[in-house]
Amino acid sequence: MSDKTMNLTLKIWRQKDAKSAGKLESYPISGISEHMSFLEMMDVFNEQQISAGNEPVAFDHDCREGICGSCSLQINGEAHGPDRRVTTCQLHMRMFKDGDTITIEPFRATAFPVIKDLVVDRTSFDRIQHAGGFVSVNTSGNTQDANSLPVPKVDADNAFDAATCIGCGACVASCKNASAMLFVSAKVSQFALLPQGKVEAKDRVLNMVNQMDLEGFGNCTNTGACEVECPKGISLDNIARMNREYMKAAIKKD
Amino acid sequence: MSVLDSKVPEGPIKDKWTNHKNHIDLVNPANKRLIDVIVVGTGLAGGSAAASLAEMGYKVKAFAFQDSPRRAHSIAAQGGINAAKNYQNDGDSTYRLFYDTVKGGDYRGREANVYRLAEVSANIIDQCVAQGVPFARDYGGLLDNRSFGGVLVSRTFYAKGQTGQQLLLGAYSAMNRQIGKGKIEMFNRHEMLDLVKVDGKARGIIVRNLITGEIERHSAHAVVLATGGYGNVFFLSTNAMGSNVSAAWRAHRRGAFFANPCYTQIHPTCIPRSGDYQSKLTLMSESLRNDGRIWVPKNKEDVEAIRSGAKKPVQLSEDERDYYLERRYPAFGNLVPRDVASRAAKERCDAGFGVNQTGEAVFLDFASAIQRYGKEQATVLGEKSASKERITELGAAVIKNKYGNLFQMYNKIVDQDPYTTPMMIYPAVHYTMGGLWVDYNLMTTIPGCYAAGEANFSDHGANRLGASALMQGLADGYFVLPYTIGDYLSDEIRTGPISTETPEFEAAEKEVRERISKLVDNGGSKSVDHFHKELGKVMWNNVGMARNEAGLKEAIAKIRSIREEFWKDVLVPGGADELNPELEKAMRVADFLELGELFAKDALDRNESCGGHFREESVELDGEQKGEAKRDDVNYKYVAAWEWNNDPGEANLHKEELEFKDIELKTRSYK
Amino acid sequence: MKTSIARKILMALSGFFLMFFLLQHVTINSLSLCSEDTFNSVSHFFGYNPIIQYILQPVLIFGFLFHLIMGMYLEYQNNKARNKKYAKHNSAASSNWMSRNMIITGIMILLFLGLHFYDFWVQEMNYKYVEALPENPTRYYHELQLKFVDVWRVAIYVVSFIFLSLHLMHGFQSAFQSVGFRHNKYTPLLKKLGTAYAILVPLMFIIIAVYHHISVSH
Repeated sequence: MSDKTMNLTLKIWRQKDAKSAGKLESYPISGISEHMSFLEMMDVFNEQQISAGNEPVAFDHDCREGICGSCSLQINGEAHGPDRRVTTCQLHMRMFKDGDTITIEPFRATAFPVIKDLVVDRTSFDRIQHAGGFVSVNTSGNTQDANSLPVPKVDADNAFDAATCIGCGACVASCKNASAMLFVSAKVSQFALLPQGKVEAKDRVLNMVNQMDLEGFGNCTNTGACEVECPKGISLDNIARMNREYMKAAIKKD
Repeated sequence: MSVLDSKVPEGPIKDKWTNHKNHIDLVNPANKRLIDVIVVGTGLAGGSAAASLAEMGYKVKAFAFQDSPRRAHSIAAQGGINAAKNYQNDGDSTYRLFYDTVKGGDYRGREANVYRLAEVSANIIDQCVAQGVPFARDYGGLLDNRSFGGVLVSRTFYAKGQTGQQLLLGAYSAMNRQIGKGKIEMFNRHEMLDLVKVDGKARGIIVRNLITGEIERHSAHAVVLATGGYGNVFFLSTNAMGSNVSAAWRAHRRGAFFANPCYTQIHPTCIPRSGDYQSKLTLMSESLRNDGRIWVPKNKEDVEAIRSGAKKPVQLSEDERDYYLERRYPAFGNLVPRDVASRAAKERCDAGFGVNQTGEAVFLDFASAIQRYGKEQATVLGEKSASKERITELGAAVIKNKYGNLFQMYNKIVDQDPYTTPMMIYPAVHYTMGGLWVDYNLMTTIPGCYAAGEANFSDHGANRLGASALMQGLADGYFVLPYTIGDYLSDEIRTGPISTETPEFEAAEKEVRERISKLVDNGGSKSVDHFHKELGKVMWNNVGMARNEAGLKEAIAKIRSIREEFWKDVLVPGGADELNPELEKAMRVADFLELGELFAKDALDRNESCGGHFREESVELDGEQKGEAKRDDVNYKYVAAWEWNNDPGEANLHKEELEFKDIELKTRSYK
Repeated sequence: MKTSIARKILMALSGFFLMFFLLQHVTINSLSLCSEDTFNSVSHFFGYNPIIQYILQPVLIFGFLFHLIMGMYLEYQNNKARNKKYAKHNSAASSNWMSRNMIITGIMILLFLGLHFYDFWVQEMNYKYVEALPENPTRYYHELQLKFVDVWRVAIYVVSFIFLSLHLMHGFQSAFQSVGFRHNKYTPLLKKLGTAYAILVPLMFIIIAVYHHISVSH
C-alpha cells in the first residue's frame, strides 16, 4: 500500500450547545493518510486541537463499522460524504484530494436539533418506532415453532433488505424536504411483508405516519435523494409500499 | 464452604432449569407494578431483559450511553445465532449444543448454566421469528442454517452478515412497544457512573446525563447490568468506541466479584491494522471461514515478494502455499475454534510469514470456493461446457449472495477486491468471556445486582464459540433473568418506593462529582487517548495472545505506572456541565486502567493454558498434540472470582470449583 | 387530508387528472393543424355542451386550484422542516433538477396560465356571457390564429411549454410512485413513457403555436 498524505482545509460547524448560534470555522490540517477513515482523520484533528489547548469537535460515532448508525455528518453537502453505500465511519480519505476544502456540517432538519457542534438529537426516530415499529408479541417460552409459518424467500429477503436500515438519518439529511419517509417506510415494509407483522399492519402504518408528521419532518416529493444517499441502499420500493399500505389502511379504517 | 454459592439446583442436569423455574417464588401482578427495576445497557441482553420485565409488569428504567437503544454494539454481530433446533436433521440436540459449548469453552464454564443456555436456545428463534426478525430462508420458505467454527453441525441461524443487527432491532422493537405503553422509561445518553448500595443491597445507580452533564440519582429494587464486555482495555479491538467496563467495574468496586478477567477472545478474522492513527479494528465474520481457506506462502522469498508488491498472491501455485490450518488440524481444518485459529495465525506471523508490510496478516482465500460454487451452478443451469470465466462469474455470484456486505465492507476499507485477490486478515480482540461473577440466577455477589450477557462470566468458559454470544445475550434477557429475578423480588414486595434522598445516594453522588472535578480540573498535558493507547500496547504485547510470567509481571508494573501518570498528567478539555466526549472517555479509561491490572493479575494466577488464555509455560511437549495448549485440570479447574480490596493489585481471589458430572473432561482436540 | 401521505396521494391524483386534461387539450388543438372545420366543430361542441361547461369545467378549475394550493402548502411545510439550511448542500449528487424544483416550474406554469386564461378563457366568457354574442360555430380557428400573430406571445408560450415539460418530467412518474405503483418490470417502462409524455405533449403545443404564427404571418 502506498502512503500518500494530503493537506486539507476543514470547514467545521461549531456550536456550543442547543441554544447557541453556531458558525462554520476553518482549520488547516496536514499529513492525512489516504488510508485513514474520515473519522480517524477527525480523531487526528481532535488530538491536535487538544494539544493546542482548544476544545475538540464533538461528533457522534460508536461502532465504526457502518452498522450502529451513530455517525452522521453532512460532508461537502452530502450525507456521509461523497462515497456511496457507506457511513461516515467507512468513508475513506482516498475519496479526497490534496488541497481540498471539506465542509462538515451536522445533519440538518427541524426534527434533528443540534445538541453540540456536529451532534444532533435523533430521538424523533425513536418516537416514531414507539408508535408502532413492533409486533405485539410477549416473550414466552412457547411461542409457536419458528418453522410453523413458512415465508416465501422473496418476501423474507425483501423484509430483510428493508430491515437493514440503521436509523442514521441520512435520508432526512439528504432530502430537500427533510422527509423521513424512507426511514418510516423501511420499518412499515419489513413488517408488512411478513405474516407475523400483517396482523397489525393497518394500525402500524397509520400510527407511525401520524407520529412522523407530528415530529415535523417534511413531505415526500419523490426526488429519490434518500435512496441514493442511504448507506444501506434502502429502496424507494419501500416508500411505494408504505403509500399502498397507507391507502389500504385509511380506506378500510372505520 | 467458599463464600461463593452458585445456587445450581439439585437433580439431573436436564431437569434443573424446569424444576428451578417451577419453584421460583412469583410476584403477584399488582405488586409488580410497585417494583422498580433498573436495566443498564440496551444491547441484546439489556434490551430483551428490559422488554420482558416490562411485559411481566415491573416498572423498568432503562439506560444507554448511546443516543438510542438501537445503537448498542450487539448490532455489529455479523455471523449468526446458535440454536439446537435440528432443522437440518444432522443429529443436533440440546445435549450436543451443550457439549460443544462446554468443550469449546475448554471446560471452564459452569455446566448447569450452559445446559440451560442450550435448552432455551430453541425458544429464542421462535421468539425472534414471532417478532418479525427476517432470518435467512430457503426456497421452501423455511429457516436456513449455516455452520460455524468448532462444531460439526449446522445450527446457526443468520440474516446475511447482519444477524446481530436484526436480533437487536427485534429486542429494540419489543422495548419500543413497552416504551410506547409507558412501562419502560428510557434514558438515552445517560451513563452509569456508580452503583448505590443500601443495607448491602443494590438500590440504585448514579448516572450522568451526557448532554447536560447533570448528575442524577435513580433508585430501584434491583439493578441489572447488561453493559457488555471490556475488550477496549486493549484500545484496539472490534468493540465499539464507547464500549467500556465502567458500570461493571463500579459494581466490582462496590462488592461484586469479577470473574476470570483474563479470558479474552482474540478473533482470527479481522482486517489487519494499517497505521498508528487507527482507532478500531473491523471484524470479518467467522462465517467466512466456511468458504475461505487460510494460508501463507511456504517460502520466505515469496513472503518478501508479496510484501514488496513484486508478486501477487494469486501468482503462487498450490505447492507454494501453506494452508496451515488444514495441515495442522485435518479434522476441523479452517473451522477450528477461534482461539486455535488465532494462535495458529500468530505462530505463522511470528515465524516471519506475515503477508503485509507490518508482517501481521495472513490470507483468507475464496478462489477455490468460487470455483466449486461456479461448477455447481453451471451443473444446475445445465451449462456443461461453461468456460472458466463463466464458472468464476457464477461462483462469484454465489459468494456475493452469501457474504456480499462483508466483501463490500472489506473493499471500502482496504481498497482491494476480495473476489479477485485473497483477503488479508489478522486476529484482534473481540469478546471477553470474563465478567461479573453471577450465580445460577444471574445475581452478582451484591444482592439485587444482576449481570446479563457479555457483562457476566457465566457460559462460555475460556473461549466462546461463534454465534454463541447472541444466543447467550438473548437467553439471559428473554428467558432466564425475567424468571430468576422473581426469586429476589418476591421478598421486596413490602419494601415500598426507595428514596434517593439517603446518605448512601448522597455519598455515591459526591464521590462521582469528585472524580469528575478531578479529571476536568487536572490540567495535565496529555490526552486521554494517549494513555489509552499506552495501556493498549502493554495489554496487547504482554497480555495478548500469548502470556508468560515475566511478561505479566512487567505488565502489572507498567499498568500501575501508566495509571499514576494518567491521574497526574491527563488533560480533559471542556467542562463538566456540557456534552463532553473527552470527559466520558477519561472516566472510562480510568476504569480500564484498574481493570487492566486485575486482568494481568488473573492471567498470572492461572498458570495453565485454556481456551483464549495461553500461557507459554503450559504447552504439550510431545505426542499428537505437541505444541498445543495444555490445560491443567488438577490445579485450575475453577472460576477465579476476584473481590475488590481498595486496589486492583490487592484483590482477593475466591475460587468456585467447577464440577463436570455430565461431560467427561478431555483434552480438546480438533486434529 | 390530515397526514403527509394523504396529501401526497391527493397531489398525485390531481396531477393525474391534469395530465389527462392536457392530453385531451393537446389532441383537440392538434386538429387545428389538419382541418379548420373539424377544429371549429369540436371547439364549438366543447364550448356549448352544458355538461362540459357547467360540470367538467368547474371540476377542472377545482382540480387545478387544488393542485396549486396544495403544492404551495406542501412547499411551505417542507421549508419549515429544515429551519436551518446547509451552508453547502450538494443535492445535485443525488437527485435531478426537475424533481427539486417543482415549485419553480409550477409557478412558471401558473404565470403562463394567467396569460392563457386572459387570451382564451376571459375572451370566451366575454363573448358568451358579457356581450352575449350569438353562437358562431366557425369563429374558433380564426381566433386561435389571431393570438399567434405577435411573436412575443409565441415566444412566451414556447418558454412556458418548456417549463411545463420540466414539470411533467418529474410529475408523471412521481404521481405513480405516490399512489404506490412501483414494479421492477413496469416502473422503468413507465418512466420512459413519462419522459415521452413530458416531451411530446409540450412539444405539440409548441408546434401548434409556431405553426399558426408562421401560417398567419404569410
